[in-house]
Amino acid sequence: MVERGEPANSWRHERWDSLRLLTPNWQSRLPAGVGYEGDDPDGYMTATDVVELIERFASRTRAPVRAQCNVTSVRHADDGYLVTTSQGEVRARAVVLASGACNRPVVAGFADAIPETVQQLTPFAYRNPDQLPAGGVLVVGASATGVQLAAELQRSGRPVTLSVGEHVRLPRTYRGRDVMWWMDASGVWDQRHDEVEDLTRARRLPSPQLVGTPQRATLDLNVLSAMGVELVGRWGSVRDGQALFSGGLRNVFALADLKLRRLLDGFDEWARGACLDQELDPPERSAPTEVPRSPRWRIDLRGEEIRTVVWATGFRPDYRWLDVPVLDAKGHLRHDGGVVESPGLYALGLPVLRRRKSTFIYGIEDDAREVIDDLDGYLAGRRPAQLRGDPTCA
Amino acid sequence: MPTAVDNGVNVQALLDARDALAGAPEAAQFSWRATSKWQNGVHSTTTIQNFFGLGEEQSHKTETVFDADHPAVFAAEDNGITPIEYLLVGLSSCLIGGVASVAQNRGIQLRSVEATVEGSHDIRGILGDTDVRNGYNDIKVNFKIDADASEQEIEALVAQSQKRSAVFDALTNPTEVTVTVA
Repeated sequence: MVERGEPANSWRHERWDSLRLLTPNWQSRLPAGVGYEGDDPDGYMTATDVVELIERFASRTRAPVRAQCNVTSVRHADDGYLVTTSQGEVRARAVVLASGACNRPVVAGFADAIPETVQQLTPFAYRNPDQLPAGGVLVVGASATGVQLAAELQRSGRPVTLSVGEHVRLPRTYRGRDVMWWMDASGVWDQRHDEVEDLTRARRLPSPQLVGTPQRATLDLNVLSAMGVELVGRWGSVRDGQALFSGGLRNVFALADLKLRRLLDGFDEWARGACLDQELDPPERSAPTEVPRSPRWRIDLRGEEIRTVVWATGFRPDYRWLDVPVLDAKGHLRHDGGVVESPGLYALGLPVLRRRKSTFIYGIEDDAREVIDDLDGYLAGRRPAQLRGDPTCA
Repeated sequence: MPTAVDNGVNVQALLDARDALAGAPEAAQFSWRATSKWQNGVHSTTTIQNFFGLGEEQSHKTETVFDADHPAVFAAEDNGITPIEYLLVGLSSCLIGGVASVAQNRGIQLRSVEATVEGSHDIRGILGDTDVRNGYNDIKVNFKIDADASEQEIEALVAQSQKRSAVFDALTNPTEVTVTVA
């Protein structure tokens, strides 16, 4: 196992101070019986707790980790791959890509047009509100990161404007149980990649509007509005120093509210079928997302109003070191359940790799077992390698 | 998809096109064109027939000519609808087409779909009041849909149609516009 830094590197260096997992502690478990050992199974781990969990897993399994070993290239060589690292070359018949889908924060193409007087931050650089100058903040994106940073910055006394595109609305708890319990128990998280209707869409789904707090509080757009956060539409462009936002805010609210209703209907149906209605609180429905009376579609960035822009517009994988032609036109890895079309190349830990839970800490175990089984078969020659052809042969 | 449902939309062709264009993004680059000619006063005629797409020149079955003018209350001859009304034509027809396509894809039989569109316009802007916007202040669309579907499914149809609408996007998001003189 080669690791560019130390085990759990991104949890050490690429997380803001207040971040906690979206999944409750009882779901934070890894193979080999490693899991949460505290007395608050319904709480949520901090990034430091996650580092400790992964360290414990590394030592329990005596994982052969080569730390501070940055991979600069993976290419075909003979019947396998040549991996170039900061500690020299490694030859391997098979390679598992486990570098994840969140290596680089996404920033809009028009970021360069934002006046220089406005400071810009990505979630990788953001630690806490003290980093930011006093004054207004424009948080871009309303997935988990965006809503969490908007709430934290608004509480710090900085007036926050939140630019909202398509999003996934979820209550923290439903009928007295954590929404993650529902996802797990009702089988949503176990849904397999070959059963998902629109896999491409499922793999691009933004993270839900959730936060892990001791109060198990919901953090949706109505909560943010009540805190004083101003909601505007998706940020479309910058023209003459003006930020221009979409006028389609109502529809992204409608889409998220409808999807939430369908999800909760599904939960209720499942609970009825599982005869759990007596043990659960009665069904309830969240109020629709309130549409601001006249959402602004233009903010002058040259004025004093906005001092900082915080990008919470998602992340991209970084495969600049992967010198094997297995990416699609949009830079995503082409794979079928973690089996990459280049023989001997595998992936783990990508969104809906084999199941909806693939990117959760506890979701890796089932995926890993199946992918490694395939890899094992490949190494044992149980499956003939595909012919690649000789590119120099005319 | 239940075969009995027929809204007259060939969804399979659209899904096939999506798959085909995923591997050939250059073929997905379309260029829509119109040619307008001044007649008299604020009356103009706009002709549309050809466009570019799938890598080559394409053509509508027939040429269509649109008259645009201003109404009598604007002291004009009213030879056609106003240009800003053409935006309403574009928006509502795009959303209706979207509703039909999404309904077909979701196996929902439509019986009738009606949309009324209303754009609020403060005309002081175009008359030179710089504190007032030239264009619409807001646009409201109201759908009446009769279909074999629940109220929630119908709301979802309308939401999805907005999500996939070219004109909804063109009206709600800024677009770079370049005007030159030959």
